[in-house]
Amino acid sequence: MSYLRPDFRHPNLPVNDIGFTKKDYEGSISTLCAGCGHDSISAGIIQACYDLSIEPHRVAKLSGIGCSSKTPTYFLGNSHGFNSVHGRMPSVATGANLANRDLIYIGVSGDGDTASIGFGQFGHVVRRNLNMLYMVENNGCYGLTKGQDSATSDTGSQSKKGAANPYEPIDLVSMALQLGATFVARSFSGDKDQLIPLIKAAIAHSGFAFIDVISPCVTFNNNPKSTKNYDYVREHIEATSTVDFVPMKQEITTSYQQGSSTEVTMHDGSVLRFNKLKQDWDPQDRFSAMAAVNDATQRGEILTGLLYVDPQSQDLHEIINTVRKPLNSLTEKDLCPGNVALEKINESLR
Amino acid sequence: MKPTDTTNPEYFHKVVDCQYACPAHTPVPEYIRLIAAQNYTAAYMVNWQSNVFPGVLGRTCDRPCEPACRRGRIEDEPVAICRLKRVAADNKKDVKSLMPDIPTEKNGKRIALIGAGPASLTVARDLMPLGYTIDLYDNQKAGGGMMRSQIPSFRLPETVLNEEVDYITDMGVNTHYDCYIDSLKGIVNQGYDAIFVGTGAPRGRDLSTLEGRAQGNSNIHIGIDWLSSVAFGHTEKIGKKVIVLGGGNTAMDCCRTSRRLGGKEVTVIVRSPFEEMKASPWEKEDAKHEGIPFLNNHVPMAFVCEAGKLVAMKFDKVEAHYDKDGNRKLVSTGETPILVECDDVLIAIGQQNSFTWIERDLGLEFNKWDMPVVDPVTFQSTLKQVFFGGDAAFGPENVITAVAQGHQAAVSIDHYCQGKDVAERLAPGTTLVSQKMGIHQWSFDSPVVNDVRYIVPQADISQTLKNRKIEVELGYSLDTALQEAQRCLNCDVQTVFTEKLCIECDACQDICPTDCITFTDKYEQDDLRQNLLAPANNLSQDLYVSEPLKTKRALVKDEDVCLHCGLCAERCPTAAWDMQKFIYNVSHATHATKAGA
Repeated sequence: MSYLRPDFRHPNLPVNDIGFTKKDYEGSISTLCAGCGHDSISAGIIQACYDLSIEPHRVAKLSGIGCSSKTPTYFLGNSHGFNSVHGRMPSVATGANLANRDLIYIGVSGDGDTASIGFGQFGHVVRRNLNMLYMVENNGCYGLTKGQDSATSDTGSQSKKGAANPYEPIDLVSMALQLGATFVARSFSGDKDQLIPLIKAAIAHSGFAFIDVISPCVTFNNNPKSTKNYDYVREHIEATSTVDFVPMKQEITTSYQQGSSTEVTMHDGSVLRFNKLKQDWDPQDRFSAMAAVNDATQRGEILTGLLYVDPQSQDLHEIINTVRKPLNSLTEKDLCPGNVALEKINESLR
Repeated sequence: MKPTDTTNPEYFHKVVDCQYACPAHTPVPEYIRLIAAQNYTAAYMVNWQSNVFPGVLGRTCDRPCEPACRRGRIEDEPVAICRLKRVAADNKKDVKSLMPDIPTEKNGKRIALIGAGPASLTVARDLMPLGYTIDLYDNQKAGGGMMRSQIPSFRLPETVLNEEVDYITDMGVNTHYDCYIDSLKGIVNQGYDAIFVGTGAPRGRDLSTLEGRAQGNSNIHIGIDWLSSVAFGHTEKIGKKVIVLGGGNTAMDCCRTSRRLGGKEVTVIVRSPFEEMKASPWEKEDAKHEGIPFLNNHVPMAFVCEAGKLVAMKFDKVEAHYDKDGNRKLVSTGETPILVECDDVLIAIGQQNSFTWIERDLGLEFNKWDMPVVDPVTFQSTLKQVFFGGDAAFGPENVITAVAQGHQAAVSIDHYCQGKDVAERLAPGTTLVSQKMGIHQWSFDSPVVNDVRYIVPQADISQTLKNRKIEVELGYSLDTALQEAQRCLNCDVQTVFTEKLCIECDACQDICPTDCITFTDKYEQDDLRQNLLAPANNLSQDLYVSEPLKTKRALVKDEDVCLHCGLCAERCPTAAWDMQKFIYNVSHATHATKAGA
């Protein structure tokens, strides 16, 4: 068993706009099971951050407890990290974000961490529209405790143990839409072509960006009768659209045929270009997104891709009207401007 | 691209860059692992089986394996393959009991070997265990050929050479030393069943037309003849100021030997630019280390003699110009000729074959360059029972090439004597065996170390310059050898992919440190090499393309900078990747090693 990755990289490794190679975005070697979908998602995050030329020190990774929540160790080894209490990552993220709004927050959670123990926290971070990327690495089971069915496991799905799950599943995408999330997507760990642009768009989004990533558990939930195994997911996947993410600084040169594509300009000026595969669905209409998700579920399909985006969303800081400067950089002088200032305020209220 | 046919043994052979580049295809990673396991005897026998002279080659080989070494493509320096070979040779136990049995009852066929150099000795090594009776002829007083006469003792101690020559002659070869064969007809008439000519390229080039050549003759020497004269103790000193003409390895041996025989100001002077000198980089380095300057771009104009004695040489300073096809032309700079004072001049500007002793009416054809017509596969000449090998076959090469040719000639001679098709060759012996020991355990050291190449220690220069017989290189200590051995990437442990097991989780693609692995649906496109995770720009390295997978993608692996670290296989949940050791042995006339080695 290798505990270290060799230091050597491809000699012709390209560098991004700020002079980093992909190696600069890697973490330590994964200790998850071989073939775990979570590792593909980590690789997707590494690629997205490399492509976006994000300085690693500008990212904070946050997680709760579980296989998924171990993964921040395996990417962005030069970034900030906080492995919090089970299901409490949203609170820690909220506190961190309020203290320093200048960082990019990537929260990684699992189906247990989000849909069971952390379900309450999840609902509130959604409705507050905290500016972060919240990813659920959704494998439908509790992999770290030997594969019990989780709250997102579909009714009738069978894990390795062989018993069919008798309960109704929680669909996190529907929950997020319902609670007012301003960026909602679903993807599959085995489809990086779709996942990576979604991660980039989610990072560019100002407000709460939620991606539910189906990520097969190779050890406990990759059985023929599971609805979250590699083959089942591949056979039942249905994409809303293909998505291209065009960063703000890049000039748009390719032209698309009229009518086949839709463009959405994000808050920071970057552009999302959809090539729609699904009729009667508008990525900027929350109710059409909810209808599309319901419709697919009815037909036993898994709807993936970007489902809903509100490019004009107002994040928590805008809602509560904080100062532009990160709160953690405010000094005593800023916070206690002294008697003269107090007098002025009091005067204005008389 | 079409799916790769890994059942063709040449595919995986090519992945083992060092072995593939070696003319004798010595299984390099295999013996390096044995050295790391401190089994020096087995490491030696793996070498001996393949290249016959591990002790000699571990000191003097031209090392075609090292520029090919994959390590050189991921960092600055390749593994010190050659010097590890020496470690095996220096630290082995007695190997005599491992030598092949020689039948006491002979097969009745008599073979003559002309010249006792590496090619002839290899033929003897391969044919003696089969029961052949062999007569070995050489004009020197002992076997070894150019290994004895041209490689100075400070690079190759006589004891090392004697030992490895003796392993072969002790098999019962009838040696006829101090015996110059001046007529092939004479040998043919003795009724040998086959004759092998391994007489090397014994004639050094001269500058016979250069002004002053005749006048200065007593102080102008042909490099290889002079080295030979030193080796056999006929020459013991040289003048204080020595010019060595030529930029090859013989020139390096000449200048370093001169330093040991009294030469104080020894200068190597070459026509070409420094970068184009033919000498191996390490030999140039060793010469420089002994305080020998090189003058490049100097074309000899004349030997300058005063009162009938050589006093200097005159050179024209030139510049190299290249036409659009890259052909070089040395153009005079027009500066005044440069005068370099000297007492002696050694001419080491190349070697030639000399077949004055072969009668031209025997039915043995010669080509327009006055070289015998020799089949490049069988090494048979147009006179059916006469075979050639080593430098005698296709001109000057090196020891390891001579050995490789000797092996092939031995196969041909055996086939010829047994009435089989001379051109027939058995397929190489190959095995491909999984190295899996447990879920994530391999029976080879898979971790890749970061160590840079270790330097081989040298004896103190104040001692080595005094005595030409003191070996300069001391060889690796066992500790250093172990560390250097760990630098080997185990390229013979192949990454083998089984399509039907793959669930396309991409884990291998994600973990591969050097981005060798790409799952792509564009595998049929011509520009596939540019559409991989990292562009595959090294065209000499193959792409390993799988059959299409379930999602209509194929796995494409660029072999170029694969570290053979085994992470793809460790991260594979279904064992679709496996690490399998590939052993490739060229078939010889005999498998000349006993079991248990």
